[in-house]
Amino acid sequence: MPKLTIDGIEVEVDPGLTVLQACETIGVEIPRFCYHERLSVAGNCRMCLVEMEKAPKPIASCAMPAADGMVIRTNTPLVQKARKGVMEFLLINHPLDCPICDQGGECDLQDQAMAYGFDRGRFHENKRAVQEKYFGPLIKTIMTRCIHCTRCVRFATEVGGVEELGATGRGEHLEIGTYVEKALNSELSGNMIDLCPVGALTSKPYAFVARSWELQKTESIDVLDAVGSNIRVDSRGREVLRVLPRLHEQVNEEWISDKARFAYDGLKRQRLDRPYLRRDGKLRPASWTEAFAAIAERIRGVSGDRIAAIAGDLMDVEAMFALKELMGALGSPHLDCRQDGAKIDPARRAGYLFNTTIAGVEQADACLLIGTNPRREAPLINARLRKRYLQGGLKVGVIGPQSDLTYRTETLGAGPETLAEIADGRHPFAEVLKQAKRPMLILGMGALARPDGAAVLALARRVAEACGMVREDWNGFNMLHTAAARVGGLEVGFVPEAGGRDLNGILDGAGKGEIEVVYLLGADEIDTSRLGNAFVIYQGHHGDAGAHRADVILPGAAYTEKSGTYVNTEGRVQQTRLAVFPPGEAREDWTIVRALSDVLGRKLPYDNLPQLRQRLFEFNERFQRLDAVVPANWGAFGANGAVDGAAFRTPIENFYMTDPISRASETMAACTQIYVLGEQGGDEQGMTGTNG
Amino acid sequence: MLRDEDRVFKNLYGVEDWRLAGARSRGHWDNTKDLLARGRDAIIDEIKKSDLRGRGGAGFPTGLKWSFMPKQSDGRPAYLVVNADESEPGTCKDREILRFDPHMLLEGCLVAGFAMGANACYIYIRGEFYNEAANIQVAIDEAYEAGLIGKNACGSGWDYDIRLHRGAGAYICGEETALLESLEGKKGQPRLKPPFPAAVGLYGCPTTINNVETIAVAPTILRRGAAWWSGIGRPKNTGTKVFCISGHVNKPCNVEEEMGIPLRELIEKHAGGVRGGWDNLLAVIPGGSSVPLLPKSICDTVLMDFDSLREVKSGLGTAGVIVMDKSTDVVAAIARLAHFYMHESCGQCTPCREGTGWMWRVMERLVRGNARVEEIDLLLDVAGQVEGHTICALGDAAAWPIQGLIRHFRPEIERRIRARDDRTAAAAE
Repeated sequence: MPKLTIDGIEVEVDPGLTVLQACETIGVEIPRFCYHERLSVAGNCRMCLVEMEKAPKPIASCAMPAADGMVIRTNTPLVQKARKGVMEFLLINHPLDCPICDQGGECDLQDQAMAYGFDRGRFHENKRAVQEKYFGPLIKTIMTRCIHCTRCVRFATEVGGVEELGATGRGEHLEIGTYVEKALNSELSGNMIDLCPVGALTSKPYAFVARSWELQKTESIDVLDAVGSNIRVDSRGREVLRVLPRLHEQVNEEWISDKARFAYDGLKRQRLDRPYLRRDGKLRPASWTEAFAAIAERIRGVSGDRIAAIAGDLMDVEAMFALKELMGALGSPHLDCRQDGAKIDPARRAGYLFNTTIAGVEQADACLLIGTNPRREAPLINARLRKRYLQGGLKVGVIGPQSDLTYRTETLGAGPETLAEIADGRHPFAEVLKQAKRPMLILGMGALARPDGAAVLALARRVAEACGMVREDWNGFNMLHTAAARVGGLEVGFVPEAGGRDLNGILDGAGKGEIEVVYLLGADEIDTSRLGNAFVIYQGHHGDAGAHRADVILPGAAYTEKSGTYVNTEGRVQQTRLAVFPPGEAREDWTIVRALSDVLGRKLPYDNLPQLRQRLFEFNERFQRLDAVVPANWGAFGANGAVDGAAFRTPIENFYMTDPISRASETMAACTQIYVLGEQGGDEQGMTGTNG
Repeated sequence: MLRDEDRVFKNLYGVEDWRLAGARSRGHWDNTKDLLARGRDAIIDEIKKSDLRGRGGAGFPTGLKWSFMPKQSDGRPAYLVVNADESEPGTCKDREILRFDPHMLLEGCLVAGFAMGANACYIYIRGEFYNEAANIQVAIDEAYEAGLIGKNACGSGWDYDIRLHRGAGAYICGEETALLESLEGKKGQPRLKPPFPAAVGLYGCPTTINNVETIAVAPTILRRGAAWWSGIGRPKNTGTKVFCISGHVNKPCNVEEEMGIPLRELIEKHAGGVRGGWDNLLAVIPGGSSVPLLPKSICDTVLMDFDSLREVKSGLGTAGVIVMDKSTDVVAAIARLAHFYMHESCGQCTPCREGTGWMWRVMERLVRGNARVEEIDLLLDVAGQVEGHTICALGDAAAWPIQGLIRHFRPEIERRIRARDDRTAAAAE
């Protein structure tokens, strides 16, 4: 434990800390631009200079390891002078266009200039202007503002795993760019906007939309994948204007995926803002009363056995719980929340959770990916795997389609036979897993959403057991869900009751006329053509596949418009908060179910959210343990049976469009065009941001 | 004055054969095996005792530097890297060694590498030195063929490989850590220190980077003894040194001389004196473009070694003596150097990236007197903000010439400003 003196205060710090970190432990704030806790040390901004006894020159505190006996001074005239000097240098070629800069109000350079800037400029030469770079549809560049801290370069190289960004030229002509003009191909690229300490990289969709101080900030949860990233929803009036990450070390650290960040414009398009009723084959606007009456009319006299419900990927636990209770009251056992048909075994909790936990990935030393592409399905879990990989010693084997996951992988095979070989110890990778101290596997929906899914699940369990993945102190069996609602649906029991039909059964039944009424709770990813002549009630917030087929549309609220509980793939219970109100006549989803239950004469016993949640907690006490991951007990799950030889497929072909919100988003459409369809963009070349 | 028998660089002017046979005739590669047989510690001790200081510019004690290398390997290999990226304006000493006596360098590489436990050596040569690189390569091939390097080098039982790497023309790659980056195939930008190269250097392994001249003299010091070497020159500034005298002298030349020789003697004896006589001298930059210039009053008496020049707020640097007579526009000369440093700044850290350009622009205006007198102080202040605040020493090198100019020639700068003001005033009437 090195002991050093900082500004006369003696402090003992953990070994390996830098002087800057040591200063922070006693509350001495050191200004910095290039230094960032989660990136490698660059030491190039020179803002963090401090005085060290016996050193001839001031030292960069971000790069100097704290050592025993050091005497550091951070408040001497020399240090002040050095900081003011660096600040002046940073500002001489900075355009000082704060009034039109989107970073204004949340700009490190602006803040530090308040502390260390001069009140006037001494630089009377011409300023430098730098041509705009094209980084793709998400990031707007005004490179004249760049202070060359290289945070973006380090992020892309280290966290993003794409070596597409770098500095070219030297001296004054040093420029950050993509070498050749091209869109930055990373699903985490938006984080560079947050990292950029100035306004050089800003959000393209948010450009000139608002000033940061006008926005109302609501802390919430992202639901566009199953990671449950912590986000902050910034809104003004009834509009969500941007989404930013919130710090959560166990989940998303301080990053979010580009979909979580940029799909918000989908919340304004294709919205269902009033009930609709199909009359004469066409959907026509209706009132809530008319819509409910039509449902009551159709359901009257239909036995519960001929009614079914399917829950979608974005649904909150409250709505699913309420609908489940309503279906129970109607006597229907036909429920399913697995709208992709994945053969998940709801009976055994350890069999459907990401048991290792996301942070736990950092302890693994061997990983088997089965039918999953984490880069597309959960970019932040992929980033954890890469983080672990960069520490060295992580071996990753893949069964399924080959793709670039940003770390080295070994392709072991394409389908279930390879998995069987590993389970039987006939495959060399089985030995790798057995030798590993903390082996893990990630089972994706690509391996489960197929007819032999239950057998594949059982096979994966056998692999976990055979390779020593499940121990007292370690559970390396992980299921990677793609839907934010999935684990919540399983935990709330939105699965077939005894004798009930699962997704396939429901669709088959509807096709054959054995199911007369199907309640789609935000379910859009099903094959609606198989619904036959069934009477379809669609409750949701977007006019997507489900709404097109519906006979009655009940407009619900999106995740930014309600307080809803979601359970992420680890089993972590988190809640969204209402940031803006639902549009038009749309309502929070559980209230719709509750209102409908009244009309149907089967009134649910709660009139407000606390009452509903109370009942939910009684049903399953885990729901009240917010942000906790409750470990699950191991046991048998899946079903032994034959597997077929078909290769696992990737469950997500297009990362940018996976749900009704992102499908409605113009930003995501632009990304699809460039990153998925491979078209070229970029018409801003040649601009410098100084040309008016 | 250096006696002929004390001369180390016997083929400095290239009159003799530069290849292996010629080198042998001058006593190089003579029983190198015996030198190595003394053992690592003995070699380092001898160099320490000789008080040899690095010839690349900073003058760090060489023996001390070698002793920083780990005595016991932790499994990582150790490397010797020879800095032959001689790009300092006014300096051309390494070039002569590289092309006229390459075997001196190679023998030094073996001895130094052995002393620091390295089995491999990289010579990073300036890209523009095409012919020099060709000669070095020929010498390396000869040495391999003669068994002087390679497996069981000189029969010593020590395996030693030497590889030549050509730079691509960036001044900054002469900075030792930028050189390592460049050698690794990356963009030539200096690294942060610590960690120092002796702990984490080339490819993350312990590395020592030495100048060509430093390495080249090492075998001779070992042969003739530390006492001989330290008997030349002045205490702590020992031995011989190759000086490069250029500019307004009658016979510009490279010459090997004793450390601590008076500047005036150096110029008058070897370079044929200042053009138009000593009284026509305006100023001298004594150690390559990076060090502050000295006005004639100091040049009259100053001695050419590290400590003497430091006392007069300049430095020996690379010993590239640039002589300027009274016909020189000294402000324009320094402005040209300011442009050089702006052009060669790598752009990594803020003070150098932004400051070098600012300083050059002000200097350009000062050349024409197009400034206010207060801007001289502004320039001095900016130079002070660059100096000592950067990752590497290029920031210092950019600031020092300007500081030297203002220290010694401030009246001249002010005169230009006033003259221009007068002209403008006259034109306005």
